[in-house]
Amino acid sequence: MRRTRSAVIFAVALLLTSCSGAGESTGGEAGAKADAAPGVTDDTVVIGTHQPLTGPAAPGYSRISVAAKAMYDYINDRGGINGRRIDYRVEDDGYNPTRTVEVVKQLVLQDEVFAIVGGLGTPTHSKVVQYLNSEGVPDLLVSSGALQWDDVAKSPTTFGFQVDYTREGKIQGKYIKENLSGRKVGLMFQNDDVGRDAQQGLDQFIRPDVVSRQGYDPANTDVLPQLSALRDSGAEVVVCSCVPAFTALMILTAARLGYRPQFVVSSIGADPVTLTGLLQDFAKRGGAEVSAAALLNGLIGTGYLPDVASDDPWTLLFREVHDEYIPDEPFTNTVAFGMAQAYTFAQALKLAGRDLTRGKLIDAMESGRIAGPGVTPFAFSDRSHSGYTGAFVFQIGPDTATKEIQAPMVTDRGNGPVKAAPTGRRTPEDIALVGA
Amino acid sequence: MNQFLTLTVGGIASGAVYAALGLSLVIIFRATRVVNFAQPALALLSTYLAFTVSQATGSYWLGFLVAIVGGAVLGAASDRLLIRPARAHGELGSVIVTLGFLLVAQAVSGMIWTSEPRSFGYAFDFRGLFSAANVFAVVAVLVTAGAVLLLFKATPLGLRMRAAAFAPEAASLVGVRVGLMVTVGAMLAAAVGALAGLLAVPPLLYPTVLDGIFVYALTAAVVGGLDNPIGTVVAGFTVGIGLSYVSGYLGPELVTLASLAVLVLVLSLRPNGLFGRGLARRV
Amino acid sequence: MSLLVRHLLLALLALAAVVTLSLVVDPFTNVRIATVGYYLVAVAGLTLLTGTNGQISLGHGAFMFIGAYTVALLVIHVPGFPFWLDLLLAAFAAGLAGALTGAAAARLHGPYLAGATLALAVGLPALTQRFPDALGGSNGLAFTVHSLPAGLAVPQTRWQAWVVWTTALLVLVLLANVTRGRFGRILRAVRDDEVSAALAGIHIGRTKILAFLLSATCGGLAGGLQAFLLGTAAPGSFTLALSLSLLAAMVLGGVGSLWGAFWGALALVYVPVWANDLTHGLDLGTDVAQHLPLAVFGVVLVAVVLVFPRGIHGTVTRLVSAIRKKESHEKNP
Repeated sequence: MRRTRSAVIFAVALLLTSCSGAGESTGGEAGAKADAAPGVTDDTVVIGTHQPLTGPAAPGYSRISVAAKAMYDYINDRGGINGRRIDYRVEDDGYNPTRTVEVVKQLVLQDEVFAIVGGLGTPTHSKVVQYLNSEGVPDLLVSSGALQWDDVAKSPTTFGFQVDYTREGKIQGKYIKENLSGRKVGLMFQNDDVGRDAQQGLDQFIRPDVVSRQGYDPANTDVLPQLSALRDSGAEVVVCSCVPAFTALMILTAARLGYRPQFVVSSIGADPVTLTGLLQDFAKRGGAEVSAAALLNGLIGTGYLPDVASDDPWTLLFREVHDEYIPDEPFTNTVAFGMAQAYTFAQALKLAGRDLTRGKLIDAMESGRIAGPGVTPFAFSDRSHSGYTGAFVFQIGPDTATKEIQAPMVTDRGNGPVKAAPTGRRTPEDIALVGA
Repeated sequence: MNQFLTLTVGGIASGAVYAALGLSLVIIFRATRVVNFAQPALALLSTYLAFTVSQATGSYWLGFLVAIVGGAVLGAASDRLLIRPARAHGELGSVIVTLGFLLVAQAVSGMIWTSEPRSFGYAFDFRGLFSAANVFAVVAVLVTAGAVLLLFKATPLGLRMRAAAFAPEAASLVGVRVGLMVTVGAMLAAAVGALAGLLAVPPLLYPTVLDGIFVYALTAAVVGGLDNPIGTVVAGFTVGIGLSYVSGYLGPELVTLASLAVLVLVLSLRPNGLFGRGLARRV
Repeated sequence: MSLLVRHLLLALLALAAVVTLSLVVDPFTNVRIATVGYYLVAVAGLTLLTGTNGQISLGHGAFMFIGAYTVALLVIHVPGFPFWLDLLLAAFAAGLAGALTGAAAARLHGPYLAGATLALAVGLPALTQRFPDALGGSNGLAFTVHSLPAGLAVPQTRWQAWVVWTTALLVLVLLANVTRGRFGRILRAVRDDEVSAALAGIHIGRTKILAFLLSATCGGLAGGLQAFLLGTAAPGSFTLALSLSLLAAMVLGGVGSLWGAFWGALALVYVPVWANDLTHGLDLGTDVAQHLPLAVFGVVLVAVVLVFPRGIHGTVTRLVSAIRKKESHEKNP
């Protein structure tokens, strides 16, 4: 036994005689292999994404890829982009980071996608950023508001899409400071980039008023301790940087404790339709006071895309696509998100031109010429890969309809001021992405 | 002091759930001498059944009833089709078969109802520190435990079931239909398990919702003694309160490990549980 | 020739086969080959504990968790260590945990042991929530392992397959030696009849602990290799379903057999792939696709116990010996 063991150890040492440290980088990162164009043929371009189509922590998110596919079908049926159809491959990672790595490798190595578009989730996507960048794969429009996607030096092929949590935190903070001044504020946040980045923004405006900070982990659905602590601290306003499941849990637990603060919820967790779905069953037991509408009444949220109930020209376009391609799907803000993201990618593809390479796609993203449908401009440039630069604030009424209570504002991810967003916004007709 | 009270009350409420699921483990153990890892699977399927029915009809109580009855039917089916044949293959075989059933149940739930959390209501109003829903849970569990005990100790059916479990050959010689008694035991266990599921799941239902609860219920059943219903119910409430303190004072992430520690400690000192009576080992 | 030399030669042959294969297949298949490799290590360890020694463990995923996070933390915080050292330390950490588990569980058997190891599988990954800054919480840890020796120009996926399979084959040689020899007989004796074994002078507690230690070491190596391959360690990968899938793979392949561990590892990788292709082909939707592999494993567990107790390997050996018997009958009527 002893001889066997020492022989094994010796053999292992011999075979793996790499003297270089496992964590040490061995030199230059590959960067975007600019001339490469895998996944591109004369008439198609193949793109991929990883989405939590199944999984406990992501109700609502599974519809994003359905909406994006509808938009790509719409574009393909009208001639595609520069004569190419978009072949959109969706892989399910179940919100499990290990599966994300596996399916992304499959998309890159087996499907040979041209780009990854809209990879969803901070814990999931953060595990593939290094891989995608070292392989030179464009990693566009990540569906997450974490700051880490905006790092031109380390991740040159990665671009964000939605407004990042710090910008959003600043806008929320400014609203609270101006409209709910003097009230004690409690913070509830997810124990990761979401919470960290959001607090960075919020603290610039309301730090002196914060009386309690409570984190939650998505794996633990019992938030009673956090809500008890918030209540005991006397917080009259609770800012929730949470995903929809936890927004719902927070609202329910507060109702259970008889605690009625003013909720201010981040865009990722504030979609009224998703929240209604999660809360709807409680009306049956507790009577009218705990119907979903009653629970959501007065909730303040932030958004950066035009609301699906409005008659904004972009919403009309999305509705048209929805009615033609996915009429059985409920038309929610999540659907608008998926379509907006798909449209934005298609714009970049068009700007890259007929002679398509990965390098040209990256240049197109950084050109600053990509616009709409958000209510604020993108921050894309050769120095910034952040997505939307701001948001508006809305409030849910007694009938779950939303009303804008602060016009769109823009800001930066640092200490810059929060200002009104520029008003000239391009419409679908202006951009004329595809023939009618 | 406020926190202590909140934790204690919360612990009693969760303890009711552990006691119920633990009770179902005890019932099936008394009937078959097998620790049935499929009990949480049956509870999960029953709860999803309740969800579907109450979504379709708008009535919580109809869903509740269907869950209990459906659970019993599933229990009978799993006993006949899985547990009975597996017993011929020893202890390892029985455990593995019930685990297989657990995997299938979770997977099928995910296929039919998706893994997304679904809103699932409480029996009564859930607001307040010790709400009407909590009271219902505790009362329901105590009543059920009492009824089960009464059944086993004081009714002819209970006597026949005990005979079928302890001395099947002798029992069949005096006319007890052993197979039927075992199935009845399985049905009863699954019905109690369904109750546990209905109490445990709110507010959100998803395929892995009972994983942690199963560990705590198993701890309660083992600590209380796998053949002792009263001991298990007492242990269930105790474990519920104890783990609530662990969650509140030490952190919610440590609860399962604390449960493991209790399990190992108790079994190391008394391998048949605190109140159990084991068979002498045959040499 | 001694057993050890024979096993080493077989392993060398197998390694040559793997290397050849890796040269001809596409990069993604190399990823799959490497995945089969680390699952092989995990299932082999489990089959030693449960098959050869009879201790039902539902907590093998917990040891993989320890291995993966050890490698992750070492790569991130001690970047100077070469990878093989990280792997060794991961194996050591998991082995230590295994010994502790074995000691705690030494007096437990059957369903009680299963229940305790179940609690371990569910509870240990929750530690990531307890120490979110050090362990990354539910997000987990991301890192890149640089193990390619300077100057060796081999594509990353191929190199990873080589590293994983070299380790896996070394582990198999060790396990094969252990289980064929005296210690293997001791393990089986304890499994078959504890009382008789004790009467024969075997120290039951020590044997059981050692079995757990070896099994957990394999689990830790598997987890470390997974971290190496994927560059990530997250609690969401170490669920109860993982431990149960490992058990299913072991049972499917053939309990107590190292060849069975190989069949089981193949199943773990390819059953989800086939299930996915099946659901795409039948256009059944992602909910079915995502859950079908687990359902298949569950059905496998039930079917194997009731219908094929010896698993794939057992069926194969029975077929082979039936053919041999038939041949010898024909030769000597």
